[in-house]
Amino acid sequence: MKYRSVFDIIGPIMIGPSSSHTAGAVRIGKVARNLFGRKPAWADIFFYGSFAETYRGHGTDVAIVGGLLNFDTFDERMKTSLHIAKQEGIRITFHEEEAIPPHPNTAKIRLGDEKGELELVGISIGGGKIEIIELNGFELKLSGHHPALLIMHNDRYGAIAGVANVLAKYAINIGHMEVSRKEKGKQALMTIEVDQNIDDAIVEQLKALPHIIDVTKIVE
Amino acid sequence: MFRNVAELVERAEREQIKIAEVMIRQEMEVTERSREDIIAQMEKNLQVMEQAVIRGLAGVRSHSGLTGGDAPLLQQYIARGQFLSGETILDAVSKAMATNEVNAAMGMICATPTAGSAGVVPGTLFAVKEKLQPTREQMVEFLFTAGAFGFVVANNASISGAAGGCQAEVGSAAGMAAAALVEMAGGTPRQAAEAMAIALKNMLGLVCDPVAGLVEVPCVKRNAIGAANAMIAADMALAGIQSRIPCDEVIEAMFRIGQTMPVALKETAQGGLAATPTARKWEADIFGKPNEKRE
Repeated sequence: MKYRSVFDIIGPIMIGPSSSHTAGAVRIGKVARNLFGRKPAWADIFFYGSFAETYRGHGTDVAIVGGLLNFDTFDERMKTSLHIAKQEGIRITFHEEEAIPPHPNTAKIRLGDEKGELELVGISIGGGKIEIIELNGFELKLSGHHPALLIMHNDRYGAIAGVANVLAKYAINIGHMEVSRKEKGKQALMTIEVDQNIDDAIVEQLKALPHIIDVTKIVE
Repeated sequence: MFRNVAELVERAEREQIKIAEVMIRQEMEVTERSREDIIAQMEKNLQVMEQAVIRGLAGVRSHSGLTGGDAPLLQQYIARGQFLSGETILDAVSKAMATNEVNAAMGMICATPTAGSAGVVPGTLFAVKEKLQPTREQMVEFLFTAGAFGFVVANNASISGAAGGCQAEVGSAAGMAAAALVEMAGGTPRQAAEAMAIALKNMLGLVCDPVAGLVEVPCVKRNAIGAANAMIAADMALAGIQSRIPCDEVIEAMFRIGQTMPVALKETAQGGLAATPTARKWEADIFGKPNEKRE
């Protein structure tokens, strides 16, 4: 079942005009910002399907940039987000794509600074609910509504068990987990949705495990 | 978790509780949050809805200039006392429009189930408030009842205009409101399900064709009639009228219709009202030029 809470239906509280094209877009932008972990210097935003056709009317552009600025869906500064981004020195470029996406409301965000880059694909499935379906070329399924860990690791036996052991030691329950890889034996991505926010100390322990390349967390 | 309307109704009947209570208990179970916490969050949603209605009735105008001001216009008409239909129904229509006019003006609203269809549930709620004089607690319950039915639609069909057309948005909202109205008026869980079925049946096939891609035309007026539809469906169910097609099958039909609906009519502003000469002219006025891809 895609929807689990009554507040997915009655809610969110948000700045109009569209839950999928405005609130959902804010949330996709916000997940990108959280995963990147800092203010980006630049962002390329690609709109597909209904997003590409109607983003101006729905304020999808304003909303996704609001998310990149770490705004909530109800932030009254939303209307002026493009202006604020410019003031903060973030270079934003929008692209209308013609490719037909699997879901009609699809956006791809590529962002970065001198230290690194990140690319994710998000879909807005209705009522403000979103899913992140791709991260740096890895397929995944992430709602952004729960705290989560994203762990880049080498595709070796024992990597998953090591992570699970650390989480068990701190009594952290896993709600949803998946592993994705592009090629056997190369880099892989573990996506773990958990029930509570994860302390930085635990993240550091996970980073120190064998075969682990990088760990990012999403807080609720 | 209840997977469909039949299970929802069955659980309410077996445990002799309201639909709203089934929803609250499930929310506690799934999220492991306390009852107080969950009720407080819904109360906050109710406050946002109330503020949006008040703001819309005072009169707002969208940036494009396409919508705004119709909610107070209807209130003035009601006050003159010469209306053809009924006072409560027109009040619901006016308050539904008030909410969507605020939404179109990029004001703050609560999505129910979406922003584009945010007027129907609060519109009907604040209209029957005058007639039924519910407590604040009962008004919060109304939202849980509406949420329970919306939850089934979202999981078995869709609440997205881009995926299922306007029937998935205003259609779902009308069904949710109709069911909640029945429960607030003292009807049974079964009657609430009948009201949902009747309301949604009359929204089947409705396309999503926003002029210039804006959530304004025809969205505001579709919320208006969605609210009226919900009021009438609720009255029919309370009278004992049943839907010959069970609620879950109506929802399934809505899903299938949405899947076969052309993309041009699913929130892409390529067909329907969005493709009329007048709509194209507005589009050019608002954005400087019509979108060439669409010509």
